[in-house]
Amino acid sequence: MSGSHDLIVVGAGIVGAACAERAAAEGLNVLIVEPGPIGGGVTAASMGHLVTVDSSPAEMALTAYSQKLWALLHDLPGLEYSRCGTLWVAADADDLARVPARQARLAALGIEAEPVDAHRLYALEPALAPGLAGGMRVPGEGVVYPPAAARALVQRACGRGATLQRERVVALDDHGVRFADGSRRRGRVLLAVGGELASLLPELPLRPRKGHLVITERYPGTIHHQLVQMRYADNVLDEAASVAFNVQPRPTGQLLIGSSREYESSDTVVSLATVQRMLQCTFGFLPGLRSLKALRIWAGLRPASVDGLPYIGAVSGRRGVWVAAGHEGLGVCTAPGTAAILVDQLLGRPPAIDASPYDPARIAA
Amino acid sequence: MAERYDVLIVGAGPAGLAAARAAAAAGARVGLLDAQAHAGGQVWRRDVDYRATGLARRRLAFVQAHPGVDWLASSTVMAAAGGKLLVEDPHAARWLDYGALVLATGAHELLLPFPGWTLPGVTGAGGLQALAKQGWPLAGRRVVVAGSGPLLLAAAASIRRHGGHVVGIHEQAGYDDLRDFVRGLWRWPGKVLQAAALRARLAGVPYHGSSVVVAAHGDDRLREIEVEGPRGRRRLFCDQLAVGYGLVPEVRLASLLGCRLDAAGAHHQVWVDDAQRTSLANVYAAGETCGIGGRDCAVAEGAIAGHAAAGRPPSAALRRRRHHTRAFAAHLARHFALDERVRRLPQPDTLVCRCEDVSMKALDGHSDARAAKLATRSGMGSCQGRICGSALAALGRFPSGGHRPPLFPARLDTLGDTDFT
Amino acid sequence: MSGQVQLIIDGETFRVKAGISVAAALAAAGRPFRRSPNGQARAPLCGMGVCFECRVRIDGVAQQRACMVPVREGMTVDSDG
Repeated sequence: MSGSHDLIVVGAGIVGAACAERAAAEGLNVLIVEPGPIGGGVTAASMGHLVTVDSSPAEMALTAYSQKLWALLHDLPGLEYSRCGTLWVAADADDLARVPARQARLAALGIEAEPVDAHRLYALEPALAPGLAGGMRVPGEGVVYPPAAARALVQRACGRGATLQRERVVALDDHGVRFADGSRRRGRVLLAVGGELASLLPELPLRPRKGHLVITERYPGTIHHQLVQMRYADNVLDEAASVAFNVQPRPTGQLLIGSSREYESSDTVVSLATVQRMLQCTFGFLPGLRSLKALRIWAGLRPASVDGLPYIGAVSGRRGVWVAAGHEGLGVCTAPGTAAILVDQLLGRPPAIDASPYDPARIAA
Repeated sequence: MAERYDVLIVGAGPAGLAAARAAAAAGARVGLLDAQAHAGGQVWRRDVDYRATGLARRRLAFVQAHPGVDWLASSTVMAAAGGKLLVEDPHAARWLDYGALVLATGAHELLLPFPGWTLPGVTGAGGLQALAKQGWPLAGRRVVVAGSGPLLLAAAASIRRHGGHVVGIHEQAGYDDLRDFVRGLWRWPGKVLQAAALRARLAGVPYHGSSVVVAAHGDDRLREIEVEGPRGRRRLFCDQLAVGYGLVPEVRLASLLGCRLDAAGAHHQVWVDDAQRTSLANVYAAGETCGIGGRDCAVAEGAIAGHAAAGRPPSAALRRRRHHTRAFAAHLARHFALDERVRRLPQPDTLVCRCEDVSMKALDGHSDARAAKLATRSGMGSCQGRICGSALAALGRFPSGGHRPPLFPARLDTLGDTDFT
Repeated sequence: MSGQVQLIIDGETFRVKAGISVAAALAAAGRPFRRSPNGQARAPLCGMGVCFECRVRIDGVAQQRACMVPVREGMTVDSDG
């Protein structure tokens, strides 16, 4: 194997996998470096929801752009893409009042959404708790199984000539990377290592934001859309621990329940107290879930940047080093958009959307 | 408010019942819980057709009658935190507090994959014994018992007692191993008597060594099996195939609590000292969970654990008894090791993870158990990897991994509504 | 331990011996248990609540292990065969 590549992608989580696939598709000689299972890090603790989130214009642009690109990837083997649609649930009149503006913002990006009144809400999802005001339905959105998505993207990259090396990168140097055994590889480096960025690129801070997931036995037909409360994005930038309502129907018929956020803990040990709070929130919207059986509980550490937006682009002050990390809870969602932007930048092309909000240089050293 | 017991015992088989008796006799307030509706575990499982007798009857009667013992039926430990256990029964869930904990969680059967093993009509050997005791219809049914270990004899005897026609018993261990096993039994006269009694109850039932069921055939249910013995392969028609390859200690709760585990061949057992103390303060373990040793060992160890948990040192006599019965475990393990043939039984398209329909070949090419799990969902189903995990460890494919709550599928209200404090 | 119990399995009424498990009742009634994710017929394997192959709906509640539940007068059982 040659020691020199056009691009060395460090990390084969969903973001690294998507970048490797795009780079290989453009004819670049790509080396993917990943010591563990593909998609085995925070990708394995992701809900895999493909949703347009409008917490900020920059987030909205990236998620909407990625939605369109995901649509082109729906035939990836093993992806288990389910176009169940998203149903944003308005708990009260205040929530419902936000719908028209959100619908308009989505429409401006070419994404179809329909307001849903209380009557239609319960026609669509009879399992919802009584007394909710309505919501907004986005029929074109869906869910994927993240580890399989990462594997499929890596396979596609390798099908176009990329190579996968099971190694750990311990250091960057002027020309590439160095492995634990001292050997080196030359080429431009893309760091897509999620929460492990600090060891290689301490100047771009990331904090682990722990989240829990619960998956149930098979109960097909309990819900039909992925359900999210209208206020889901409200706490994303808060310091305090929070829970929010977010439940998905998986193609297997299982229900995947999220979500929780906290900075206090940086391990993936399950906190039963947090799970309890998350389920209490869930029962508030889906009381019938109380009698369903939970099969597994696990936790992951979302890599959270300083301002909640990912770092995508060249790292100033370091020759030949690029980054695609810090996606917090939207890594799966925005992986294709991230990859497209990154590869455009590598090739000196203007990205399809304004990429300045994700420029790593925005973080003063 | 968590309910508090001086001694909380998880598992109501011979070990748990012995522990309950010892602790209650020492004046402790005892909680005894089991996931089954009736006490007895597997060895002393309640039989719909036959009343319990002897020691089983006395021990079962004791826990029902003693005012210091709370019998918590149909109760499953789902999680542990802060020195308490989260317990779910069909109606409710609560946290139980304890001064001392005794883990008497027993074992489950080692069920190995082979072509056709997923057909209705194929069960474990202990599995069919358990089903027979709970009323499974066996009258006039042709049953083949196969796999490995003395459990095959006990299972065959139960099956016969419940009306099944046991066509034959097929043991994978070779005749040399079997001969040596029987020759060494003289050190445990109780076992010799047990063996003789079983042989009498199985008069007329052919017993074959070096014999392995290589395949089961049928459409939606079992119709016939293929057996490979010293003289080659043959086919047998049967209604039920009861096949099991020994027992695997059930250690998940111990693991979750952080108790030290020892290797037990391809599996694990809970490490204990000679007073049945685990590596955790106030946590004891007894019986099969500490290594497969049989009923007499479970009774002796349970008594020691119950005494110790109630603050009483075990007597020298009890310790001697434990030492003697534990030695049987080593004797057993030496002579019923799995033949390489058994490890080669599954074909590439044989399912190994039954819950998620994952075949052996789907697991090829993955670097470790976790990678295989993420890619195929093997081990992510309802049995939480108990069946496939033990099988893959026995086959030398992947070692069993760590454990998270819930220990069994748990109702969401158990996890969401049960107050910790 | 004598006596009989009446239960409804897949819409049909059966009388079975009191004290037996729902699994035994299904077998006595000749009813199937469930299907695997790929549609294979499955029935009890371990008999002790570990394998989860015996799951049926009991009194309207899904995902219950039939080998762990004793029959009760008037119980409804729905298999997924």
